[in-house]
Amino acid sequence: MSQPDFASLPLTAFEDVAALSARRSARWRPGLAASRGLALHNEVFASSREGAGTGAALALALDDWSNMSRGDGCEAQDRRSVLWVQTREAARRTGRPYRAGLPELLQGRVIHVLAEKCEDALFALEEGLRCRDLAFVVGEIAGNPKALDFTASRRLTLAGEKHGVPLFLVRIDAARDLSSARMRWEIASAPSAAPHWNAQAPGLPRWQAELFRARAHAPGTWLLAEEQGDLTASKARGAGDEILGNWTAGLRQRRPLRRA
Amino acid sequence: MSPPQKGSFRTRRILSIWLPALAMDRWQMVTGKQAGALAARPLVLIADTAHGPRIEAVNRAGAAAGAHKGMMLADARTLCPEIATAPSDPAGDLGFLETLAIWAQRWGPWSALDPPDGLLVDVTAVAHLFGGENRLLADVQQAFAQRQLAVRTAIAPTAGAAWALAHHGRDGAIVEGADAIERALSDLPVAALRLDQDVVTVLRRLGLKRLGEIATLGRDAIQRRFRNRKSPAANPLVRLDQLLGRVPEPLLPVVPQQVPLVQRRLLEPIRHRQLLDTVVTDLAGDMARELEGQGQGARRLELGLWRVDGEVVVRRLELAAATRDPAHIVRLFAARLDDVDAGFGIEMLRLRASWAEPLALAQNDIETAAETHGTSLAACIDRLTVRLGAQAVTRPVPFASHIPERAQRWQPPLEPEASSQGQLAFHARPLKLLDSPESIAVLYATPDGYPQRFRWRGQVHEVARVEGPERIAPEWWRERGGARLRDYYRIEDEAGRRYWIYRLGIIGDGRGGPPDWYLHGLCA
Repeated sequence: MSQPDFASLPLTAFEDVAALSARRSARWRPGLAASRGLALHNEVFASSREGAGTGAALALALDDWSNMSRGDGCEAQDRRSVLWVQTREAARRTGRPYRAGLPELLQGRVIHVLAEKCEDALFALEEGLRCRDLAFVVGEIAGNPKALDFTASRRLTLAGEKHGVPLFLVRIDAARDLSSARMRWEIASAPSAAPHWNAQAPGLPRWQAELFRARAHAPGTWLLAEEQGDLTASKARGAGDEILGNWTAGLRQRRPLRRA
Repeated sequence: MSPPQKGSFRTRRILSIWLPALAMDRWQMVTGKQAGALAARPLVLIADTAHGPRIEAVNRAGAAAGAHKGMMLADARTLCPEIATAPSDPAGDLGFLETLAIWAQRWGPWSALDPPDGLLVDVTAVAHLFGGENRLLADVQQAFAQRQLAVRTAIAPTAGAAWALAHHGRDGAIVEGADAIERALSDLPVAALRLDQDVVTVLRRLGLKRLGEIATLGRDAIQRRFRNRKSPAANPLVRLDQLLGRVPEPLLPVVPQQVPLVQRRLLEPIRHRQLLDTVVTDLAGDMARELEGQGQGARRLELGLWRVDGEVVVRRLELAAATRDPAHIVRLFAARLDDVDAGFGIEMLRLRASWAEPLALAQNDIETAAETHGTSLAACIDRLTVRLGAQAVTRPVPFASHIPERAQRWQPPLEPEASSQGQLAFHARPLKLLDSPESIAVLYATPDGYPQRFRWRGQVHEVARVEGPERIAPEWWRERGGARLRDYYRIEDEAGRRYWIYRLGIIGDGRGGPPDWYLHGLCA
């Protein structure tokens, strides 16, 4: 009876697996778009009782935008617009974008689309993803409408990946249904840091962000904040995440078995 | 020709052409053969008014019988019972006059309409091409005679003088120089000043019948009499100055414009959508070639579908930016043709670009480029607008107002943004504003303490941090006196959710009872 001879296997096989796993399980961090490319279809789940979902979606989008390297020799000012699609129900629950409160970079760029039905909103999102003159597309859809099924989300993913336009779809008061989104976040507000001058006042926004489903990253929880226009993520991970993040450690340190 | 004299206006030469019987001449031209039989008998053209038919134009026999313009038909019938009538067509007459104005540019570089029945042509420095101004006028007379249009003409340094001479002076008058104008015009009636009828009546009651008599009265007296009449048609002094060239009189030249138009007459009426799409594709291709030839792009397109049973269906399309891409046009029309009822079939289609803008030639085959590189923003907005409606696709722009919901307006996305004052950096504004502020119940220390707890949409929030108030007073120049001020607070609750709330009014402001609280915006 012959046992598999582990020692005879080349060590590189293990190393490859380890490297692959390490790459696969690389944790998400802000500014990853510069090295790893954009995640083109993102979903952000949030409650309608707060503006956190939209705020965090914009922060993530701006982080990707500022870290995305543009083509060589492209020195012209980036004048691309941003398409912001809302269903009427979403606008009723969480309001419409207010120009004076938007991030400064976006103030003159927003094109707003108010769709009566979810089907119209999906059409507008897809048309936006096909447009080369848009920096990114923001969508807000309330609840779990029937039209937004797996097929529809797959359509959006394919359109976005074909033309390279990122989509940030804010799902308001929605259950985590089937979706082909590359990254799926659950966002809630977190108490803000006290401002320097007036400790009683609300400070710069912070969000509790849970990445519960991602294709290229391990899930995890972060505390997102914006400092001087840059997105920062501090570690808010629990013990489980620690194990998850380092489960390849054992593989890497594995030694060849001794012959009995 | 006399040598040029001093003064700038003397260099201008304006030809005025008056068609005294335009409506009747045109009616005879349109009716053709049978007009000859009717022309010998009294004939009037009538228009319907609230008080019955009124005479708009009269032929020679009709005038001899006693009918004249402005008379009621019933009165004319009592004078001449056998009078024949035909409907008048003022819109058609004006259209005919426009084509005449373009045709009249054979005598000068530009021409202007002089409604309802005249033309003005600038013949400055072109008379030598016709062998002098007399020959030019003879040419004009002959050309109009060939078209069987009665005409009276005059040439003068100003449009007003030419008009006066054509209408009230000797036919074919030519006037040069300031003295000659005064001499030629002094015998004309005051109606030659192109004044409103009531002003002519006033002048007649003052005993002023000829233009020369106005000068004898003295300018000050007339100025005093008509001091509050600003419109040229109501002020004889302004008209007199225009006549003599002391005051410039702007004229609007007629510029011929070809509206790009393509159409298809079909051998067999079509009743199916597939065939219709094919024809629309052909039309779009034709239209693209037509527009390309003119170096233009369409902003508005009208597709007319003529049905066999006499119905016309029109579908109109507005584009965000000038385009002549046939595939794009077809795609936009496809969404608009879903509800067309073909009935017994469509026999003719016509595509018209009623609004076109200059568009430079560019690389063609944009649709293939769109597959690989994505669509342009204008094409994207067109597609969204066609499906969702123009009011659904908008861009927020700032507006000068203190009230937050008024300080933002929505405009079409590609229109240029009006310049506005920059916003103040210390005004923190929420990311999103609710369509209408939602009423909340707030626990706070009266009269103007910080909010401590509030209930919104059935849930209680404990306020952890507050900043405020930012007081925004009502805009007194716009709102009624009873409007209350707003005290805005930026707050954060115990879970970190950030809101923008306000208290409407303050206790003791005398504008209502205890103040209400509203939640107006959600912060990021």
